[in-house]
Amino acid sequence: MSVSGQKPLSNAWQNWWRFSRNPTAVVGAIIVITSVTLALLAPYVTPFPEHVGAVVDFANRHQAPSAVHWFGTDNVGRDIFSRAIFGLRVSLLLAVVVLGLAIPVGVVLGLLAGYFGGWVEIVIMRVTDIALAIPPLVMALAVAAVLTPSLTNSMLAIALLWWTWHTRLIYSITRQLRSQEFVEAAETLGASRAHILFREILPNCVSAIAVKTSLDAGFVILIGAALSFLGLGIQPPTPDLGTMVASGASFLPDYWWESVLPGCAILFVAMGFNLLGDGLRDLFDVEDVR
Amino acid sequence: MEFLAFLLRRLGWSLLVLLGLSVVIFTIARVVPGDPARMALGPTASADQVASLQESLGLNDPMFQQYATFLHGLARGDLGRSLLTEQSVTADIAKTFPATLELVICTILLAFALGVPLGVAAARWKDRWPDNLVRALAIGSAVMPTFFLALLLQILAGYVLNVLPTTGRLPGGIDFDAGWTGLVLVDSLIAGRGDVFLEAVRHLFLPTIALAAATMGQIARITRASMIDVSRQDYIEAARAFGVPDRLRMFKYMLRPAFVPPLTITGLEFASLIGNAFVVELIFSWPGMASYGIRAIVQKDLNAIMGVVMVSGVFFVVVNLMIDLLVGVVDPRVRIRGSRA
Repeated sequence: MSVSGQKPLSNAWQNWWRFSRNPTAVVGAIIVITSVTLALLAPYVTPFPEHVGAVVDFANRHQAPSAVHWFGTDNVGRDIFSRAIFGLRVSLLLAVVVLGLAIPVGVVLGLLAGYFGGWVEIVIMRVTDIALAIPPLVMALAVAAVLTPSLTNSMLAIALLWWTWHTRLIYSITRQLRSQEFVEAAETLGASRAHILFREILPNCVSAIAVKTSLDAGFVILIGAALSFLGLGIQPPTPDLGTMVASGASFLPDYWWESVLPGCAILFVAMGFNLLGDGLRDLFDVEDVR
Repeated sequence: MEFLAFLLRRLGWSLLVLLGLSVVIFTIARVVPGDPARMALGPTASADQVASLQESLGLNDPMFQQYATFLHGLARGDLGRSLLTEQSVTADIAKTFPATLELVICTILLAFALGVPLGVAAARWKDRWPDNLVRALAIGSAVMPTFFLALLLQILAGYVLNVLPTTGRLPGGIDFDAGWTGLVLVDSLIAGRGDVFLEAVRHLFLPTIALAAATMGQIARITRASMIDVSRQDYIEAARAFGVPDRLRMFKYMLRPAFVPPLTITGLEFASLIGNAFVVELIFSWPGMASYGIRAIVQKDLNAIMGVVMVSGVFFVVVNLMIDLLVGVVDPRVRIRGSRA
């Protein structure tokens, strides 16, 4: 009991309070939650869910934004707002799958390299260097060219390189932690290596991973959008924001909304994840995570 | 001497990285697709044609021998023939690379020329409006899709204001190819062609801004952070206590050590800059290596794709070596201790 007779705030509440005082983080969280909700509920919240497929309505083509069509219509008369919301699904799916594959691999390799050192460290970190030298976009392009362009192949190609950033991050944290007393204590008590890696060191990496994941989600979405802009993402008629920008670009500048507004949607989501990551970084006080 | 040893060691590692890169590229091009000969000839070719191309490409040799042949060619600068242009890939890339190099050099110069002063200003007036502006710029440039920024610039400067050319390297009327460095800016100056130089600058304007934005934001952010870091050091406190003028303290004693992190970041993020160059070149019809690469990808021209990825990797490695050298120049501690700070 504290002096005033009230129970002290729990840890979670303290964190929540600090989080809610951070405008960047809150705005970011709101954007992310809005995007995810809209994407999940896309069939129910969009005004023209049937426009997702290969529908044509030539009477309504190239309509400027209006109360009926918030983002206007495209060259075959489909509602761009509805398609953009469905496009969010593809972007978010891409981020989830790529990070879901890349983070576990990157984190485990980073832990191993940082804790064991020696040959393990040399091999893992050199492979990381090689992967860093390949531009992810170029790699994805090459893979898409060799296989067939599809969402799955793009995701695989990006994930193949993305783990490196997490490996580098966890590696540097682990190296700092390796000589700390609590780790040495665990070693002295004869804890298994798995216990030390995953129960002693890993929990200390969680906040850094959270920040990195949030920032990364934005960047993965940008790369995915660039790929589909180049025609190597998910194939039509499934709506995709990058593809929409590309197909709208041939009608610039007269029908500007056809590429500019889907582009703004990409910007919106990427901004949300970035602000959230930035805010989390302040909250957890992990300065060096980018 | 320590620094020389450090550079030599880095050079050794770089060669190893390139060797690893060649394995990755070989795997993508030869192992993944199943049958490169069938891919090259298309579905209409007869089985005999495919078999004879397989034989002449050496595809029936064991995988290890194929890789050795590939590596041997690579060491001599032979990347094979492009199926698309029917010329050697090396010649094709040599022809297109200078345009990309010119774009990338201008991009990095612009990113530093704007990013560092912005970062310094933000650190100088921390938590005041210049700082908030720079932070907003940094986030904005980080989340702006490069292809979208390129399109917006094209609409704004090309169509709405109609002040700048939106495609190509030079206007159609000017046919300038001195063939010395391949960099139009440099060649036109050597040739004393001021008109060509001005046109080249005008054409470079938009693609450079589109490509530089993301890097500039990063540099501004990192410069700000490292300036603030340095300002908390004891020797800066001491300088302040001794009454060393603000400006002198900022530019002579703080900026130099604070300059290392932005340099390192630029090297690390150089790969994503090359990736973005693909999009920018495509949008602005810039006749560079990336445009060539995109054509190769659309046409499934395997040798050309491998060549472009390989050259991108070499470009990355070379730039990072140069940055190591620069860091040694800026930070004498690195020269003595022999490692990156």
